[in-house]
Amino acid sequence: MALTDKTRDEMREIMARYPQPRSALLPMLHLVQSEEGYVTPEGIEMCAAELGISAAEVTGVVTFYTMYKRKAMGKHHVGVCTNSLCAIMGGDAIFSRVKEHLGVGNDQTTPDGKITLEHIECQAACDFAPVMTIDWEFFDNQTPGSAIDLMNDLMADREVTSTRGPVISSWRENERLFAGFADGKANQGPAAGDASLLGLNLARARGDSIPANPGADA
Amino acid sequence: MATITPVLTAYWDEADAYTYAGYTRHNGYQAARKALTTMQPDDVIQTVKDSGLRGRGGAGFPTGMKWGFIPQGDNKPHYFVVNADESEPGTCKDIPLMMANPHVLVEGVIIGSYAIRSNHAFIYIRGEVPHVLRRVQAAVAQAYANGELGKNIHGSGFDLEITVHAGAGAYICGEETALLDSLEGYRGQPRLRPPFPAVAGLYACPTVVNNVESVASVPSIIANGIEWFGKFGTEKSKGFTLYSLSGHVKNPGQIEAPLGITLRELLDLAGGMREGSTLKFWTPGGSSTPILTAAHLDVPLDYESIAEAGSMLGTKALQIFDQTTSVVRCVLRWTEFYKHESCGKCTPCREGTWWLQQIMERIEHGKGTEEDIEKLLDLCDNIMGRSFCALGDGATSPITSAIEYFRDEFIAGTHTPAWELFPYEASALFAGANA
Repeated sequence: MALTDKTRDEMREIMARYPQPRSALLPMLHLVQSEEGYVTPEGIEMCAAELGISAAEVTGVVTFYTMYKRKAMGKHHVGVCTNSLCAIMGGDAIFSRVKEHLGVGNDQTTPDGKITLEHIECQAACDFAPVMTIDWEFFDNQTPGSAIDLMNDLMADREVTSTRGPVISSWRENERLFAGFADGKANQGPAAGDASLLGLNLARARGDSIPANPGADA
Repeated sequence: MATITPVLTAYWDEADAYTYAGYTRHNGYQAARKALTTMQPDDVIQTVKDSGLRGRGGAGFPTGMKWGFIPQGDNKPHYFVVNADESEPGTCKDIPLMMANPHVLVEGVIIGSYAIRSNHAFIYIRGEVPHVLRRVQAAVAQAYANGELGKNIHGSGFDLEITVHAGAGAYICGEETALLDSLEGYRGQPRLRPPFPAVAGLYACPTVVNNVESVASVPSIIANGIEWFGKFGTEKSKGFTLYSLSGHVKNPGQIEAPLGITLRELLDLAGGMREGSTLKFWTPGGSSTPILTAAHLDVPLDYESIAEAGSMLGTKALQIFDQTTSVVRCVLRWTEFYKHESCGKCTPCREGTWWLQQIMERIEHGKGTEEDIEKLLDLCDNIMGRSFCALGDGATSPITSAIEYFRDEFIAGTHTPAWELFPYEASALFAGANA
């Protein structure tokens, strides 16, 4: 795949958001991943040329951040949280079942190119543990059974919807979002998941008076 | 019954809570309007100082004081940066906040930027949360479209631009100076301080870096005043905050309550422990805060009381583990995390976490040696306080506190694997056919 002038123009658009263009490097690399499927040498060269820095400097940044991939990714990125809390609540069991089901190990892609599997760190959704992600979208309160169902749906190209977000598209499409290009999906999914509403629902049920605040009608 | 104070969370159950229409239906952006059109920037700083608001990102540093450190009249650009890189294991409050009510964050940014005389603010969101990014991007776009951002906001003469920026997966970027390096397009490695960001932050200019929840707490203070804010919380830990309960509780989730509530009260609100289970250990504020036990159920969850109990309030991420849980397994996984996330700049942290992980793994496998516990403590002693930032310190906290309270389990790790002492399937939420 070759990067086009359109990509170069979009990189310049990103650079214009910042007082100093080098600040654009992280989103520019997300854009490269969205176009190329991973951070290709060509993508590194284009970032370096646009920013007037060396390819080695760009590579140094690429290798620091786990979201940047150095080899071709599957259509979907599947993450299973195996940090302590999720692992203990069942994340370890889920990860092991998914590996077995897909026949791949950590950081590997299924032969059909559909799924790249990775165990991931805390997703800041611990009250929804055990948590998985598809293309980084939340899939809350998973079990090994629900995880296998999701994998089967992805492999069969059936529609899959995040528990607190949009219908899944692809890892590459979301990389474009990380580059700062809105995809018009902000209105999909609920305002909040059930666990996020625990305290508020209790307060409402108990009839606690909610203290005045700028969001209040008081 | 303990008080619940839904202020930040007040309207999260409304379907359009995250939209401009949803936010302004409940007087949203009125606080920013008040600050910009009726208050001087210094008055805003003084109000936030006087309110006693302390940083909600972990350290508890007074927010207004941080703003007050920004030199004025220095002819340099000032920058206001929101740390939305929530990734401390167990911490899960800023993500739902930005998903359900991104506008309160944007409003807080407007007020804070006005106070420190910044015309360009940045919201640095961790990469791995696309839907949160969408909501914040949309909120900023709607704020521009409605004249809350841009040039000469509401005729005040104040200009503000907000750039929403996504990270790329690095826990260390939650450390404020690493975040600034990352935002400048470099590897996210902490800087030596001084100089502090207030003097030389983003692009070596005066910069405030605040946590999402801290910034989101500001509009209510401006709108309702410091007396109102002071009605909640304790004398030194004022206000309300998000407590996040996770783990072996019946109903995990977010409870917004005054600072100083206890875990016993929160557990009660969350329906208690899961069926047939008793509390074994918990973190008050994420994996970097020393673990506590059932003996600490009645310690007020405020900055001072938790420090007295030998831990830190941190992010108020209450990870609850019951009697089925192997503390060795749990701590090992955190140790692996710190090893993975160490940025590599400082030797004690880079090498030390590597050593800690190997020893913890031996102990989990029942292959620890007699000397391992002392070696762990010695390593921790040599990591603690010996690096640029607190990541290394955080790596030692779970280990030293777990040895303090559960030394027997580490001793058992010299002969019996943790999974035999505590069968792992018993800790999971599902069993049998599902497992």
